[in-house]
Amino acid sequence: MLAFIIRRVLQSVVVLLIVGLVAFSLFRFVGDPIDNLLGQERTIEDIERLRGELGLDQPFPVQYFNFLQGISQGNFGVSYRQGRPVADILVERLPATLELAAISALFAMILGVTLGVYTAIRRDGWLSNAIMTASLIGVSLPTFLIGILLIYVFAVELGWLPSFGRGETVQIGWWSTGLLTASGLKAIILPAITLGLYQMTLIMRLVRSEMLEVLRSDYVKFARARGLPQRSVYFRHALKNTLVPVITITGLQLGSIIAFAIITETVFQWPGVGLLFINSIQFVDIPVMASYLMLISVMFVVINLIVDLLYFAIDPRLSASRGGGH
Amino acid sequence: MTDDSLLSVRDLVVQFPTRHGVLTALDGISFDIMRGEVLGVVGESGAGKSMTGSAIIGLIEPPGRIAGGEIWLGDRRIDNLSMEAMRDIRGKRIAMVFQDPLTSLNPLFTIADQLVETIQTHLRVSAREARERAIGLLDDVGIPAAARRIDDYPHQFSGGMRQRVVIALALAGEPELVIADEPTTALDVSVQAQIIDVLKRLCAERGTSVMLITHDMGVIAETADRVAVLYAGRLAEIGPVRDVIKHALHPYTHGLMGSIPTLAQEEDRLIQIPGAMPRLTDIPPGCPFNPRCPRVFDRCHVERPDPMPHGTRRVACWLYDEPQGEAAP
Repeated sequence: MLAFIIRRVLQSVVVLLIVGLVAFSLFRFVGDPIDNLLGQERTIEDIERLRGELGLDQPFPVQYFNFLQGISQGNFGVSYRQGRPVADILVERLPATLELAAISALFAMILGVTLGVYTAIRRDGWLSNAIMTASLIGVSLPTFLIGILLIYVFAVELGWLPSFGRGETVQIGWWSTGLLTASGLKAIILPAITLGLYQMTLIMRLVRSEMLEVLRSDYVKFARARGLPQRSVYFRHALKNTLVPVITITGLQLGSIIAFAIITETVFQWPGVGLLFINSIQFVDIPVMASYLMLISVMFVVINLIVDLLYFAIDPRLSASRGGGH
Repeated sequence: MTDDSLLSVRDLVVQFPTRHGVLTALDGISFDIMRGEVLGVVGESGAGKSMTGSAIIGLIEPPGRIAGGEIWLGDRRIDNLSMEAMRDIRGKRIAMVFQDPLTSLNPLFTIADQLVETIQTHLRVSAREARERAIGLLDDVGIPAAARRIDDYPHQFSGGMRQRVVIALALAGEPELVIADEPTTALDVSVQAQIIDVLKRLCAERGTSVMLITHDMGVIAETADRVAVLYAGRLAEIGPVRDVIKHALHPYTHGLMGSIPTLAQEEDRLIQIPGAMPRLTDIPPGCPFNPRCPRVFDRCHVERPDPMPHGTRRVACWLYDEPQGEAAP
């Protein structure tokens, strides 16, 4: 187990180095930050001076090395645009994104698993068929369109929920939360649904197909033949067996929920790291963009590690340490 | 039939609606299982052996359904019960053992979990008592160090051991009838005899009846009291094992017996029945065995024989229709 974790962490470091390299080299083609920083009335001297200050006159490998060195010391550099340490900006923006992602993921998982199980058990019911048809919409509509539709219906026409922003927030230490105020809770509903809808339908369809598979298995047939109650057959014997693949996908989806938050945050002007990233692109704020990508990849890697560890908790066949055979 | 009858199947018909019309998987099957009796059920693959078992325990896969006939357990009719009412019978009065022990046990639960849950579903006992009983059952089926191994997961047992666990699970609700659907087919030959022994011994001790579905005539000969031979969803012959094996009446049974190798006689080749069992979609008119029967005559192509009494047996063959028709094949 420990060897497994160490191996996975080492692999993760390699992945992160590669992501950093790709991110860093890509951003060299986005544009020249100097143009944006100095505006129209610049001189050659200004440009050269700033280039020297930002370290942009150094060869690419040196720049990358400096970037990595900074990160390893917790220093993500200084934003070109805001002139503040990137770490401070990220810490300020991160709670909004994480709260949005967490609520979306909860929405997706709870509703996805429930509907998936329901549509599998009542396979030919009209409600199941209606849900399955509706889920096609969730899978095929692009996120921004769902967001705009929701805004139109619930914010513009009905006026029930706000169309943008986070509402009031409460500061708890360095973490700012919108989940403790009424306006904050109202504000998170539409973005959370927008962000989670695709994942929800995906999880639902996955749970349904896995569940149908498991319900055909011999051990479910044997459980029925032993007269176990329907509830136990479905929710104890069948559901646990569907969860292994569902956890994989859900874990990966959690990563993409955080990453895809860019679009939802833009539509709802949600003050998270995704919106920060979009704004940074316009200003070619390389330290912010690179740090954001590194942050997202760290999250992906950590979530994957957790998912792998969850397997051990759920499936006893994987922990070979208990020995066995006969 | 008699007062001793535990299970009584009368004219059972099972049908599957398909795109190409209705398939009749079982067509008018009737037999009884006495208390404490072992009834062997033999036949080729697709003859309807497993389907009969599934129909009795009420677990035919949809869209299949019982289209006719009756199934009686003691004096209670069970083929038309609701799912809820049938659940009280499954495991408690009728249990089933499936073919493949590797897939019959839920891989994510320990043996203890599965046994205790089954015991507590059927018997009013505390968790601790259920566990005691579970260990006792594992002991009975011959799992060494049962008290220690009960908390292991299925994958930690070998195939033969898992089938013992499956038998323990089937017996957990103290059923009156165990339907064993090819319980040894998936196992090593060396283990098969042990498993049959365990099943036979435990059921004899408890007075439990067994419906033993198999295509291994050797197992039937050693284990069963009576044997039912199925062919193309119909009953060909049923009677005491000794009689059927020594002196098969139905030409199909005769062919089936001829295909068993014996050590006593030296034969160059085993007898085999020419042709193959017809598919359910094109069963010939008259007797379903007529295309392959060595003793076929005109009537077999026209009229369908129903099982008719003949001594200790019932046999569905026109050869035995005449009172004097003693000419055995």
